[in-house]
Amino acid sequence: MMLIPCPWCGPREEAEFHYGGQAHVAYPSDPAALSDEEWARFLFFRDNPKGPFAERWNHSASCRRWFNVVRDTVTNEILAVYKVGAPRPVLA
Amino acid sequence: MTQQEFRTVQGGRIDRDRPLRFRFDGRDYTGYAGDTLASALLANGVHRTSTSIKLGRPRGIFAAGAEEPNALVQVEAPFPEPMLTATTVELYDGLVARGLGGQGRLATDPDPARYDAVHTHCDVLVVGAGPAGLAAASVAAASGARVVVVDDRSEPGGSLLGTREAKALDWVASVAADLHANPEVRLLTRTSAFGYYDDNYVVAVERRTNHLGASAPAHLSRERIWRIRARRVVLATGAHERSLAFDDNDRPGIMLAGAARTYVNRYGVLPGRRAVVLTTNDSAYAAALDLLDAGVAIAVIADLRPSVSPLWTERLADRGVEVLAGYGVERVVGEERVSSVVLAGGREFEADLLLVSGGWNPVGALYSQAGGKLRYDADLGSFVPDGCREAVAVAGSANGTYGLAGCLAEGTGAGRAAVEATGFAAGTGRELPAADESPVTPPAHTWVLPGDETVQFVDLQRDVTVAEIRRATGTGMRSVEHVKRYTTAGTAHDQGKTSGVLTSGVVAHLLGVDVGDLGTTTFRPPYAPVSFAALAGRDRGALHDPIRVTALHAWHQANGALFENVGQWQRPWYYPRDGEDLHAAVLRECRAAREGVATMDASTLGKIDVQGPDAAVLLDRLYTNLMSSLKVGSIRYGVMCRPDGMIFDDGTVIRLAEDRFLVTTTTGNAAGVLDWMEDFLQTEWPDLRVHCTSVTEQWATIALVGPRSREVLGTLAPDLAVDNDSFPFMTWRDTTVAGLAARVCRISFSGELAYELNVNWWDALALWEAVLAAGAPLGITTYGTETMHVLRAEKGYPIIGQDTDGTVTPQDLGMDWIVSKKKPDFIGKRSFARADTGRPDRKHLVGLLPDDGETLLPEGAHLVEMESLPEPPVPMLGHVTSSYHSAALGRPFALALIKGGRDRIGQRVYAPLGDVLVPVTITGPVLYDPEGKRRDG
Repeated sequence: MMLIPCPWCGPREEAEFHYGGQAHVAYPSDPAALSDEEWARFLFFRDNPKGPFAERWNHSASCRRWFNVVRDTVTNEILAVYKVGAPRPVLA
Repeated sequence: MTQQEFRTVQGGRIDRDRPLRFRFDGRDYTGYAGDTLASALLANGVHRTSTSIKLGRPRGIFAAGAEEPNALVQVEAPFPEPMLTATTVELYDGLVARGLGGQGRLATDPDPARYDAVHTHCDVLVVGAGPAGLAAASVAAASGARVVVVDDRSEPGGSLLGTREAKALDWVASVAADLHANPEVRLLTRTSAFGYYDDNYVVAVERRTNHLGASAPAHLSRERIWRIRARRVVLATGAHERSLAFDDNDRPGIMLAGAARTYVNRYGVLPGRRAVVLTTNDSAYAAALDLLDAGVAIAVIADLRPSVSPLWTERLADRGVEVLAGYGVERVVGEERVSSVVLAGGREFEADLLLVSGGWNPVGALYSQAGGKLRYDADLGSFVPDGCREAVAVAGSANGTYGLAGCLAEGTGAGRAAVEATGFAAGTGRELPAADESPVTPPAHTWVLPGDETVQFVDLQRDVTVAEIRRATGTGMRSVEHVKRYTTAGTAHDQGKTSGVLTSGVVAHLLGVDVGDLGTTTFRPPYAPVSFAALAGRDRGALHDPIRVTALHAWHQANGALFENVGQWQRPWYYPRDGEDLHAAVLRECRAAREGVATMDASTLGKIDVQGPDAAVLLDRLYTNLMSSLKVGSIRYGVMCRPDGMIFDDGTVIRLAEDRFLVTTTTGNAAGVLDWMEDFLQTEWPDLRVHCTSVTEQWATIALVGPRSREVLGTLAPDLAVDNDSFPFMTWRDTTVAGLAARVCRISFSGELAYELNVNWWDALALWEAVLAAGAPLGITTYGTETMHVLRAEKGYPIIGQDTDGTVTPQDLGMDWIVSKKKPDFIGKRSFARADTGRPDRKHLVGLLPDDGETLLPEGAHLVEMESLPEPPVPMLGHVTSSYHSAALGRPFALALIKGGRDRIGQRVYAPLGDVLVPVTITGPVLYDPEGKRRDG
């Protein structure tokens, strides 16, 4: 059970959160302009890296806010936490 | 009743003034308070406890703690519990148990005990209260830190309890007293840490009353789960002795040398009269000396090392014991119990006990679960910790440090480092006892002795032999993980505590590779068996999941409703009258709604208040149809899709003001829709000025349905013009109903003239009773979810989640009309232009009429094109999604999703039900009042 540092509430148990998949996958600004393949890529394809991964979390059992996390998918270590809309931080 | 013939005259940590009676395998015995079932059996001369699971070979007590592979028992009284190890069952008066051949039996009676859970946080968690753990705890506690110490035995002391180190045991008692007295410290005995999860989250089970038997106080929970979040963890989990693979190494009377030492010293029990010792290392010599002192004859010590420490040889020679360097065991005589041991070369020694030490394995399970790496230490001949990302330190023999002085020093250092890392100035713990240690001669690294591999056991519980492992490596397996899965070695209740490293060693031996390169198999929780009852705690029965009820629930119960679970809600299903079954009651309820007036509690409908200047923009983007054009005072039905174009939810939208809407959702999806809105507002469109609030439990909703519903409403709401022109379909009015502030919506989910009356949740009962009173002269009938489903299905209204399954578009339901052509975009729009959503053979929602007019198709039934089934695979056309008896139609009917269904209307297809193919005819989905004439009454 990870201890996830909510940017609004502080460190809380993983069970209070919902997972939201890969971060920085914006809803296309003009879906009609996309080819079927590009649209399918948006709908169905997500990265699955071994290592640092920027992903969305929602503190659903508390402040209900969405935020982003960079988590190492091998160790579950949380490398960065940042607010929605902020760029993915550069990690040393 | 037998005497305890194998009890020492004095000594041990048992209470000889408190004899306890127990029964094992049908025979009565006595033991003492402080015994385990295993030590009490040994005191009575019982070694053999069971037969092995596959081969049926006699097996006996092999170890003295949680690592026991053999002595599985079923406790029968006071409460049945399977698969416990005799070495960890504390003896109590009246214990009844029997030996198990690897499989137990669950109790058929409900467990009367309670189980609990506790959450706690600490600065330092120490796992293991042996010398290293207590040294760490002593320093940490003296620093003012919040400390939790857990240990799986009945008292602290760890391996020291099995020795005669008087000074060290005094120190144990002082430290334990310090810890108990310190308000910042919690010392939990009989508590096994069994799982180490992310971010120093350690889960343990405390056995609170198991050891008390029938005298357990009822107010105490039997076991409780501790969920501990620790800033730092010190693992002082000790080491387990391992065996060696030699011929017939599974016979009762063969025991780990350290275990025998524990039985003598801690329990005052002689595990035999005359012992042979087989060892690869020095530790067995100390055991032999303690056994000698207690009166056990040592026939010979066979040491596999070519040369042996003269120090130990002399000590044993002084006692007249021969030490044979470079000797192993050739075979063991005696099936039910060891009677003699033959050493390599043929010398036979009469003995009823064979003590084995094949070396020691640091207990690395929790460390590995934490993500720690293990490294093979060739000098020690064991795997030791080698780095972990968690804030954890390992101390003592868990770290491969086997001497007492080393354990104490390492524990002290780990405790100091842990408190300093959490911001405390390290205090001074209890002064450490002096440890008198002998220089250590390096151990031999031997796994397998020469002999017959088919009777050389590696995993005693799983009956895995060297021959079986050879079969695995012979098929080409090179990984211990593969060998484990092929042979099942290490998969029993003990998870290979004594056999895991031996398995790796045997594989290495057979492949001729280095055991360090092979590694161990993965350690996973739980470290020790834990009951589901403990894990469930109080979250069982009614507390397993919240039960949500409406404001009218008590009325429904008092009036005989049967209930249906819809998500977490309990909704009235139907209201049977005298002798009615579901079928009869629903036909009656349907008839009332179609012909007179009927009412139902619709409060579970999800309701979301959407407010803000951009509220209409948000709804336009989420619904497939246009919502911004809706006039204040009006209502519109809407459908939401996922980006992939598949229907996600449906409901009505009520415009309360220019900047305020009330959105309703399906009962089961209310939270999901709110989450969906929040997700887009927070992450995609943070510029939209909109707030969403769940008001499901603020508004109680009563549906008033039927051609005579207008009369009832007119009586109850004198201020409201109820005629069709003044109050048309899909509009709402705020008014007073039965003297209560109410919002009345003209919405119909049945096709009949109907209203939804919304009032404050607290006013629901008053309104409900007023509606029933006003409707009584017209024969108003209450109805439940079953009738609601029949009425809506007769009209072809789909239930999202029943008639759809996440692969269905609005067009598939024949609802092109709800998909806006005007809006530039909405969630899902782009997907409607995908080739897949335009396929002509997509499944369409259609109606079905069984040709015989009688058969009620089961929901989920498949539909095929052919009159008789061909050889599989049979091409499927689709399946039945809803199926009911219709009072209005006078026959059963169904809704179904069928490939190209709208192009097949009028065609006959077949539903295979058992051996029969039931012919059915495809129709449009609207079977009742297709013209919609009944809507306005």
